[in-house]
Amino acid sequence: MINITPLIPELFLLVMAIVVLMLDLFSSRRTVVVPAYVSMAAVIITGFLVFKFGGDAVRWGSNAIFVADSFSQFFKVIILGAAFLAIGSSFGTADRMTHHRGEFFALLLFSTVGMMFLVSAKELILLYVGLELTTIPLFVLVAYQKTNRASSEAGLKYLIIGAASSAILLYGLSLLYGYTGTTYLNEIAQKTAVYFLSHGFIPNAEGTTDLVGMGPAFSVALMMIIAGLTFKLAIVPFHMWAPDVYEGAPTPITAFLSVGSKAAGLAAIIRIFDGMLYAFSHDTMPNDSWGTMMAVLAAVTMVAGNIIAIRQTNIKRMLAYSSIAQAGYILIGVIAASKLGVASCGFYMFAYMFANMGAFAIVGLYAEKTGKKNISDFAGLSKTSPIIAALMTMFMLSLAGIPPLAGFMAKYYIFAAAIEAGYTWLVILALLMSVVSLYYYANVVRIMYMVDSDNKHHIIPSFPAGLVLALTGIGVLLFGILPQSILDMAYKTASSFIF
Amino acid sequence: MTYSYPILTYTIFLPLIGAVLLLFIDKEKHNAIRWTSAFFSFITLIMTLVILKDFDWTTAQMQFMETHSWIPAIGSNYILGVDGISVPMLVLTSLISLIAIVISFNITKRVKEYFVFFLLLECGMIGVFAALDFFLFYVFWEIMLVPMYFLIGIWGGPQREYAAIKFFLYTLFGSIFMLVAILILYFTSEPHTLSMMELIQIGPSFSHNIQIMAFAFFFIAFAIKVPVWPFHTWLPDAHVQAPTAISIILAAVLLKMGTYGMLRISWPMLPEGIQYFSVPIAILGVIAIIYGALVSLAQKDLKKLVAYSSVSHMGYCMLALAAYTSVTAMAGCMFQMISHGLITGALFLLVGVLYDRAHTREIAAFGGIGKKLPVYTALMVMFGMASLGLPGMSGFISEFMVFVGSFDHFWAEYWYIVALAILGVVLTAAYILRMIQNVFLGEFDEERWGHLTDINIRETLCVAPLAVLTIIFGIYPDPVIKLMEASLNNLVTLMAR
Repeated sequence: MINITPLIPELFLLVMAIVVLMLDLFSSRRTVVVPAYVSMAAVIITGFLVFKFGGDAVRWGSNAIFVADSFSQFFKVIILGAAFLAIGSSFGTADRMTHHRGEFFALLLFSTVGMMFLVSAKELILLYVGLELTTIPLFVLVAYQKTNRASSEAGLKYLIIGAASSAILLYGLSLLYGYTGTTYLNEIAQKTAVYFLSHGFIPNAEGTTDLVGMGPAFSVALMMIIAGLTFKLAIVPFHMWAPDVYEGAPTPITAFLSVGSKAAGLAAIIRIFDGMLYAFSHDTMPNDSWGTMMAVLAAVTMVAGNIIAIRQTNIKRMLAYSSIAQAGYILIGVIAASKLGVASCGFYMFAYMFANMGAFAIVGLYAEKTGKKNISDFAGLSKTSPIIAALMTMFMLSLAGIPPLAGFMAKYYIFAAAIEAGYTWLVILALLMSVVSLYYYANVVRIMYMVDSDNKHHIIPSFPAGLVLALTGIGVLLFGILPQSILDMAYKTASSFIF
Repeated sequence: MTYSYPILTYTIFLPLIGAVLLLFIDKEKHNAIRWTSAFFSFITLIMTLVILKDFDWTTAQMQFMETHSWIPAIGSNYILGVDGISVPMLVLTSLISLIAIVISFNITKRVKEYFVFFLLLECGMIGVFAALDFFLFYVFWEIMLVPMYFLIGIWGGPQREYAAIKFFLYTLFGSIFMLVAILILYFTSEPHTLSMMELIQIGPSFSHNIQIMAFAFFFIAFAIKVPVWPFHTWLPDAHVQAPTAISIILAAVLLKMGTYGMLRISWPMLPEGIQYFSVPIAILGVIAIIYGALVSLAQKDLKKLVAYSSVSHMGYCMLALAAYTSVTAMAGCMFQMISHGLITGALFLLVGVLYDRAHTREIAAFGGIGKKLPVYTALMVMFGMASLGLPGMSGFISEFMVFVGSFDHFWAEYWYIVALAILGVVLTAAYILRMIQNVFLGEFDEERWGHLTDINIRETLCVAPLAVLTIIFGIYPDPVIKLMEASLNNLVTLMAR
C-alpha cells in the first residue's frame, strides 16, 4: 500500500481547480468574483496543508518518488504565493474578458498543481509530468486574450518553444536513464558517482592516473538537461521566447510565469544538479562539470539581459529582460553547489516574488486604467498616485538590489554563497551588471518622479489589487530589514541535499 | 559612559521618525512641514552634542556601544559605537543637516517630498558614522543614495536628471567593490565575522594578497566618495546641479564618508595594504591638490569653482592619509575634514544665496557688488580666506598639520611629493583671490544688479555658526585635537602592525 498523505495538498488543490471549473458552469457568469475568491481561498488552504503534511515521502519500493521535504515546502510557499498574488491582480483582467472567465482561474490552479509536483518530484518521469502539467495550462493562459494578436502570437510561440525544450529535456533524461538504468534521482546520484569512481581514472604512460570524463554521451546528456531546464528559466541563449510571451500574455499571467514557473524550474534544476549530479559540480571532473557550463550561461545571461533591458521602451518587455537577468543571478546560487547556495536560491526567489509580482500588478493596473504600456507613460505618476509611485519605486529598487529592501538581502546572500564557493569573478561581474541594471530600474523612477506630464490618471486599485500591493510592499520592506526567519527556513531547505 | 537608553539608535532614527511624521502632514502646509523637519533635525543635533559632552576623550575605546543580534544567518549584528574619529563627524553631520534644512526653507516645489527625503538622508548619514558592523555600515552607506538621487534629480539645476543618475551609478559602482571586499574578509576570518572591531584585531593575520586585494577594493569604493583624482568626475555634475542645501551636504558630509571609511576600515584593518600603497596614494593626493586648484582657476561658474576646490582640498586629506606613521598627519586629515566641511559648506551656502537673487553664477557677470552687499561680501571674503588657508582660520591649522605630518613621514625619501603639494596653496590663493576680485571689486553695474538685496537674517543665522567655528578652530584648535588624539594614536599603532 502506498502512503499518499504527502500528496494531500496537491490533491486538494487539484480538486479545488475542478470545483472552480464547475462553479463557473453553474453560477451566473456576470462577474468573476466568486471563482476568483474561491481560488484564492483554495491557495491559502493549500499553503496550510503544505505545512501540515510535510516531512514525509511517497515511496515506490524503497525509493522516494515524491518528497514533501523542507526544500519543496519552501518552494511551494513561493509558488502558492505567486499564484495568490496573480489571482489577486487578475480581477480586472478577467472581468474584461468575454469568454471562459471561470476557466482562467481553474487553469491557473492546474498549473500551480503542476509546479508543486515539479518541486517535489524525486523521479524523472514524475518530474517530467509535473513540468508538462505546469506548462500546458500556461500555453492556454498566455493566449487567453484570443482577440488580441499579440496574445495569440505569444501563446503559439510559447507552445512551440515549450514543446521543443521539453523534448530536449526528455532526450537528456533518457540518456541519463541509459547510463544508469534507473529513473530515481537518488539511485542515479549513487550510480553516477560510483561509475565515476570506477571508470573515472585511467592509468597514463607515467604510471599515475588521469582524470577522465564519463564519456561523450554523458556530456551530451548534461547539456540537454541544462538546455531543457534553462529554457524554462529563460536563461540566455534559451531566452528568445520570453520577451514576446511576457509582452503578449495577460499581465497577471506574465507575473505568474515570471515568478511561479521560474521558481518551479529552479527547484527542478537544484534537485537535478545540486542533488542528483552533485559529484559533477566542480572543476575536478574535466568535460563533465556542469558548474563551469552554468557559470558561463549565468555570466552571459546577466550581461545580455541587463544590457538589452536598457533599450526597452515597453515596460513589460523591460521587466521581461530584467527577469532574464534576475534568473542569471539566481543561477549563481545553483553553481555554488553548497548549503548556502541552495539557501540563497530559495531566499532570492522569495524576495523576487514580492518585487516582481508587485511591479507587474502595478503595470497591469496602469494598463487597465489608461491602456498604456510604455515606460514613458508613467510620467507624473508620483503626483497623481503618490502611493502607487512609491510602491513602484520600492519594487524597482528591490529588483536593483538597493538596501534595505529584500532584493538587496537576496543578492547579498547569493553573492556570499558564490564567494564561499570561490566564484569571485562571477560575483564581480554580477555586481557590475547590477550597477547597469540600476540604470533602467531608476529610469522608471525618474519618469515617475522627475518628468512632468499632464497625466491626470488617478489610479485607485480594487480591493484584491490593493491587497496584492499591500502584501508585496510589506514583503519587500519587511524581509529586507528582518530577513532572519526566512533565511533560517531557506537554510533548512539545504538539509534535503547531501552537501 | 553608558546610558540606560540607546542614545546612538535614537540619534540615528530620530530623523526617520520625523520623515514618517511628515507623511501625515497636509502637503499644502509648507510651514508646518518646514518647522517639523527643522525641529527633528535640531533634536538630533542636541543628541549628538550630548554624546560629545559625555564622550571620554582620554581613551581610544569605542563608547556608547550597542550590540544586538540582527541577522545571525549571515553573521551580521546591529553594532553601534563611536570613538574620537566618529564623534566629530556625528556632530558635523547633525549641525550641517540642521543648517541645510533651514537654508532650504525657500524651497517651494514639492515641499513635503523634499523634507521627507532630506530626513531620510540624515538618518543614513548618521548611521554610517555610528555603524560598527560591516553589513549595517553598507546598508546605511547605500540607503543614503536613494534620497540623494531624488534630491538632486527633482530639485536640482537644468541638468539635474543626468547629474542624479551619474551620482547614483558612480557611487554604486564603488560600493560593489566594497561589498566584494566585505565578503572576502568575512569568509577569510575564522570564525566568520562582520564586526569591524574584530576584523581590525585579526586583519594583519590575513595573507599579504588578501590584504592587498581587499585594500584595493575598499579604496575604490572610498576614493569615489572622497573623490580622489581620477574618480572625481561625478563631483562637478552633482555639486553644481544639486540644490544649495544638497551641495552643502555633499561637500560637508558625503565627501567625508570616503575619508572616514579609510580611517575607520581599510587603514587599520589592512595595515599591509596602506604600507604597500602609501606612495601611490600620496601621489594621487598631490595630483588632486594641484589638478583641482588648476581647474578651479579656469572656472567661469562660481559653484563649479567651489566644487573643484573640494577636489583640491580633499587631496590634502589623501596626502595626510598616505603618511600613515604620523599622528600629526592623521590629526591633520581629521581636522581638514572638519574644516573643509565648515568652510566649503559655507561657501556653497553663500553661492546659493547669491544665485537666489541674481539667477546666475557666472563670475564675469558680476563686479563691484561689495558696495551693494556689504555683509554678504564680508562673509564671502572671510570664507574665501579660510579656504586658502589664512592663519587664524581653521583651514590654516589643518593644512599646516597635513604638511608637517606628511613631511615627517616622507622625509627620508619622496619628500618632494609633499613639496609639490605646497604649490597647491599658492594656486588656491590664486583662484580665491581672482574670484573675490572679479565678483566683489571693480566696476558695479547699477542697472543690472541694482535690485540685489543683502543676505537676510535667516541666511545669516545659517552661516553664523560655521563662521564662528571656523574662527574658533583657527585660533584654538586644541579641544578638537584632544578629542581625537587618543583614537588617532591607537590608529597609528594599529597601522604599524
